[in-house]
Amino acid sequence: MADRLSIPKTYKLAIGGAFPRSESGRTYEVVTPKGAFLANAALASRKDARDAVVAARAAFSGWAGATAYNRGQVLYRIAEVLEGRRAQFADEIRASEGATALQAAAQVDAAIDLWVWYAGWTDKFTQVAGSGNPVAGPYFNLSVPEPTGVVAIVAPQEPKGASLLGLVATVAPALVAGNTVVVVADRAHPLSAISLAEVLATSDVPGGVVNVLTGSPAEIAPWLAAHADVNALDLSGAGALDWVDLEIAAADTLKRIVSPEPGVPSRSLQRILAFTETKTVWHTKSLL
Amino acid sequence: MSFLEYAPAPESRAIVKLRPSYGLFIDGSWVDGHGEPFSTISPASEERLAEIATADEHDVDLAVAAARRAYDRTWSRLSGADRGKYLFRIARLVQERARELAVAESLDNGKPIKESRDVDVPLVAAWFFYYAGWADKLDYAGLGANPRALGVAAQVIPWNFPLMMLAWKIAPALAAGNTVVLKPAETTPLTALLFAEIVQQADLPAGVVNIVTGAGGTGQALVRHPGVDKVAFTGSTAVGREIAKTVAGTHKKVTLELGGKAANIVFDDAPIDQAIEGIVNGIFFNQGHVCCAGSRLLVQENVHAEVVDRLKQRLTTLRMGDPLDKNTDIGAINSREQLDRIRSLSDIGEQEGAERWSAPCEIPENGFWFAPTIFDNVSTSSTIAREEVFGPVLSVLTFRTPAEAIAKANNTPYGLSAGIWTDKGSKILAVADKLRAGVIWANTFNRFDPSSPFGGYKESGYGREGGRHGLAGYLKAGN
Amino acid sequence: MTMQHTALAPAERAVRVLGGDLTERSLRLHLEGLSGVDAVGLEQRAAGLGTRSIKTSSKAWALDTIIKLTDLTTLEGADTPGKVRSLVAKGLNPDPSDPSTPRVAAVCVYGDMVPAAIDALGAAHGDPDAGLVSVAAVATAFPSGRASLPVKLADTRDAVANGADDIDMVIDRGAFLAGDYGTVFEQIVAVKEACRRDDGGFAHLKVILETGELTTYDNVRRASWLAILAGADFIKTSTGKVTPAATLPVTLLMLEVVRDWYRLTGERIGVKPAGGIRSSKDAIKYVVTVAETAGEQWLQPHLFRFGASSLLNDVLLQRQKISTGHYSGPDYVTID
Repeated sequence: MADRLSIPKTYKLAIGGAFPRSESGRTYEVVTPKGAFLANAALASRKDARDAVVAARAAFSGWAGATAYNRGQVLYRIAEVLEGRRAQFADEIRASEGATALQAAAQVDAAIDLWVWYAGWTDKFTQVAGSGNPVAGPYFNLSVPEPTGVVAIVAPQEPKGASLLGLVATVAPALVAGNTVVVVADRAHPLSAISLAEVLATSDVPGGVVNVLTGSPAEIAPWLAAHADVNALDLSGAGALDWVDLEIAAADTLKRIVSPEPGVPSRSLQRILAFTETKTVWHTKSLL
Repeated sequence: MSFLEYAPAPESRAIVKLRPSYGLFIDGSWVDGHGEPFSTISPASEERLAEIATADEHDVDLAVAAARRAYDRTWSRLSGADRGKYLFRIARLVQERARELAVAESLDNGKPIKESRDVDVPLVAAWFFYYAGWADKLDYAGLGANPRALGVAAQVIPWNFPLMMLAWKIAPALAAGNTVVLKPAETTPLTALLFAEIVQQADLPAGVVNIVTGAGGTGQALVRHPGVDKVAFTGSTAVGREIAKTVAGTHKKVTLELGGKAANIVFDDAPIDQAIEGIVNGIFFNQGHVCCAGSRLLVQENVHAEVVDRLKQRLTTLRMGDPLDKNTDIGAINSREQLDRIRSLSDIGEQEGAERWSAPCEIPENGFWFAPTIFDNVSTSSTIAREEVFGPVLSVLTFRTPAEAIAKANNTPYGLSAGIWTDKGSKILAVADKLRAGVIWANTFNRFDPSSPFGGYKESGYGREGGRHGLAGYLKAGN
Repeated sequence: MTMQHTALAPAERAVRVLGGDLTERSLRLHLEGLSGVDAVGLEQRAAGLGTRSIKTSSKAWALDTIIKLTDLTTLEGADTPGKVRSLVAKGLNPDPSDPSTPRVAAVCVYGDMVPAAIDALGAAHGDPDAGLVSVAAVATAFPSGRASLPVKLADTRDAVANGADDIDMVIDRGAFLAGDYGTVFEQIVAVKEACRRDDGGFAHLKVILETGELTTYDNVRRASWLAILAGADFIKTSTGKVTPAATLPVTLLMLEVVRDWYRLTGERIGVKPAGGIRSSKDAIKYVVTVAETAGEQWLQPHLFRFGASSLLNDVLLQRQKISTGHYSGPDYVTID
């Protein structure tokens, strides 16, 4: 029997729970480290970024308003579904990043475990970072961290590739508190980002909570940095861009900013809290 | 006679002994400034109170260098317990000199003595007491074991709560182990300069606290200075934005407490008399010179007429005048510039069709005054419903349902504070959940406490002051 | 004598405000529909009013006003005609060293002491708004109010027949706390009727809520409305036999109710804090609270009274300080 002719996958954007092509109609070639053609990815435009922000904003109140338990279950569900598709992700990473089978599998496993780690935080970070405040007066006074809003992320752009793990290491912590995300994926290795979006779409993550753009961070990031409806900017993967200019643009609407750092950010509570706002509620207290 | 025209009850000015002129407080001593000196006046009488030095870039340089030296050589080597003891000393000295500080504050700022005496200065002492106790407990600040100070903190504060803002800045900075260079606002430098005397009386090591006076240029030089590790600013969103741009790309950690346009939401099941008091306190406390002021009254439409009617009646009992009179409720507007802004925004409010009503107050001949004013039938698109007036001007808007109240409350680039008035607990908690604001007062308003984090969402800034959160703003994780 | 105050016929107010088919249910709906009170805010407002600094001419005026508004009170089991005469003498001439000192508004005694009080007052007996001194009698099984209605009514009629100008009745707190508002209402209505004099006029009815037993401010507000609807001319905080008695927040709250009643009907109801007000400083806080809440026009005997005994001497000491310029001492004011 002759070899079956395979069906190549079309990699598109993920915006508002749908998988559209770039409104610009543009694509770019994704190649192996040796230059062989892998796929055409959508080359997102500023208008795609705009649409992604609209979708993220629309999804915010639902995701932020979900119970912490529910958000934890959804994030854990991502790990479960990802676990079932380890092979696909490992294949994509091997092809796109030139990783060995072992390295690729290790990256997928690390990404899955990272989802599990962050999933467990959804109903705990509030307790750890919040406080009951003993004010000098007849008041009940409580501080709790709440999601900042729409977070725009430039995912790590590792030359040697960490496309799945880098994405998860930036997107997952932002989701914990209830933020919604617009993420610009690793430009050179965007395949696992889009495949992850497909996982999210089948993991009870509401549409619009995570919006994935593939293409040029240098082109898209300035639009996100200056967008008035973006509340926070994670520049973890923007070290090679004019990131100071991005921070200056973000200052116009006083966005919360995470500055670039080399490599894949390590997991931390601080990353969750970077996209939270402490809300303090006072209420009078009396028996009379 | 009318009993309500209470006989004058002025607080004595004799307790404050001002010098004719003040220099800069750098490295533990008073030095001359190299910029053009300026006068600070009483906004209630326009009387000149003292001549104040202006720090130019060179002076700022000296101050930052002094702070750095103090950080490297003494303060960072001191035990937390000893830093705490210095802060406790300061707290006690503030209490001992409380009346003097209150009078000086009211003179320089124009706020009623009952506020400086009963709110500002007691909170200043409380702030130092609170953070004094933190100095040797930094392992519990939430950054893991052995967190480290940042180094030199540049702090720029506004004129609305001069000494209180100083305390909010200096107390946590010193507790965490930083040294500071603080610039008070140019219209209200006096209490910061009196505080420098307290620093001397407390025998704080030279250079740990430096006070540089001047206008915006001095603040800019301080914030831009490459030798500072932390920038803490309270003031307008416009300036905050510039600071955020200035520090972009640097290692400087930033806390910004900026403007606000808080909604004070009154439901039809509110405890009505307390809600009226809360509205009054929300917007007329400190002449409305409060970033978290409840400047937008969102009142449920079915009680709108009654609330406005009761509010007006209540406002007729407010007493405007001499800030040093113990019965004064409404003092002077802090500066002519601010008065002009309030007037111009109020005129715009009127032109845009809102219904203006002002309390019948006698306006003193000298000084800067603005009677408590309500704008009724304000629409969400009105300028006075969107821009921060920073004065005794209340915009009244209505809503029909809780969802509409929440939507209107959140419909602003600001997000500092909000108020909720209802007797229904579940509604309070649900509405509080949905409001995008950093401080929410339910059945109360404008309450502050050193243990309670304060700060905004969105364009109201970032970082928190007060509580463990405020301390963390002056620390970084240890190794 | 004639009282300027004309009382309404019993329950007429309730009919006017709640409608003709006055029922327990309509009364309950009204009382339960009143706006709630946030205790912290109320107490803060009271504390804020308490920081008013009343000096010089304002203080002198306030001190005289306090005397003019005082129901000088003795309510002891050991009261005798001699004690009451002594009280009356004090009320008529509080400070023998200063004839400019005003008289008190009334003396307040048990019902059986009314004749002794009237006798001692002689020609000075009359309307305090006209500078005379009236006689108030506590009634209705004061202070507990735990007696049957016929006994309470007999107690009231007896005091009225003895010539009492004011009747200070207590409400049935037990019935109120049990939610039996109708009973409380009907008893007030009945007592009001029992205040009717032979000439067709009414003795002034002060309704004591005993706020210290009602405990919550919501209850105080409901009880205040209930008493007014039933025909009270005055609402009074306390018997003085229960702690806490009068407090500034409770009085503020009751003043807010009479202010609201005035907004609603144009009719002015009086307020009487009683018990626990012992210093001039405290009493001045009440005067300020009246002026800034209900309005200055309430500072008249037919709209505001202090129920007090030891307060008077402290006010006299303060008066002496103002007139002589130095501090006085307890030997320079008389005991009654």
